[in-house]
Amino acid sequence: MASTAITADTAAVFHLEEEHAHAEGGSTMLGFWLYLMSDCLIFAMLFAAFGVLGGNYAAGPAPKDLFDLGLVAVNTTMLLLSSITYGFAMLTMDKGRVGATQGWLAVTMLFGLAFLSIELSEFAHMIHEGATPQRSAFLSSFFTLVGTHGLHVTFGIVWMVTLMVQVARHGLIEANRRRLMCLSMFWHFLDVVWIGVFTFVYLMGTLR
Amino acid sequence: MSAHDHAGHDHAHGGAAHGSLRGYLIGFFLSVILTAIPFWLVMDGVIDNKQATAVIVMAFAVVQIIVHMIFFLHMNPASEGGWSMLALIFTVILVVIVLSGSLWVMYHLNANMMPAVHEMRQMP
Repeated sequence: MASTAITADTAAVFHLEEEHAHAEGGSTMLGFWLYLMSDCLIFAMLFAAFGVLGGNYAAGPAPKDLFDLGLVAVNTTMLLLSSITYGFAMLTMDKGRVGATQGWLAVTMLFGLAFLSIELSEFAHMIHEGATPQRSAFLSSFFTLVGTHGLHVTFGIVWMVTLMVQVARHGLIEANRRRLMCLSMFWHFLDVVWIGVFTFVYLMGTLR
Repeated sequence: MSAHDHAGHDHAHGGAAHGSLRGYLIGFFLSVILTAIPFWLVMDGVIDNKQATAVIVMAFAVVQIIVHMIFFLHMNPASEGGWSMLALIFTVILVVIVLSGSLWVMYHLNANMMPAVHEMRQMP
């Protein structure tokens, strides 16, 4: 038995002694990427549910009656612009310019807020017209899928505010750079999911 | 594949590259074009055949997702020693199985369902 080898005079060692030291946060990026992949699976389930139920209108409103593609195009533009401005924030972070980084983060946050407010006004308009999540299987799966994406964007904005406070207090230290890079992956990932949403839900729904 | 510029960033993260200004701008312009064309196709009804439009729109989405992966998420086979690419491939396989499997099974369930009561009444 391996456990009998531990005697009172030798301290218990729970790691390989030859294991080299890891830099703090060295595996954070891979771990965060794995989280994003699991998040991707959540969205895959919601897309599958929408794909199956998206045609069941229960004699209620269909996508053609509800969706305003012009508004969706504006919304997509907001998210795309926020992606590129976050990219600029990362580039200025690389150069160590705190003020410019904060500025680009603020611009990104404003685009994110614009996206959210357009989406919420769209939801409010739909609910006002009686197209509530309870109306049909199509609307249930629509609100679940698009709402989950909107919730992700909301938490992304909360995270962004938190990091702006962190950067303001501690500057662009190594830990803050790592956090900003995680948020960068999260934010760009949400844009990738949105490509699926506007194609699969809005454009294909209007074609149906 | 490790020949992308890290733009003065220290390498503590083992290859989590940030890309360059040029990379971000190329990605942005590509995704603007790849977004605008599908919207134009659907909103103006450029192609009469709806099925053909749907296939083209889907193809644009796939290309745009790849563009975002490369230029914004800086995906490349070398990042994190290949582990992030491996995780991505695994996830894509799962997503394809989930999506195509669900749609296929549920479509055939609908097509092969017992006819509803009102349809049975009309049978001879």
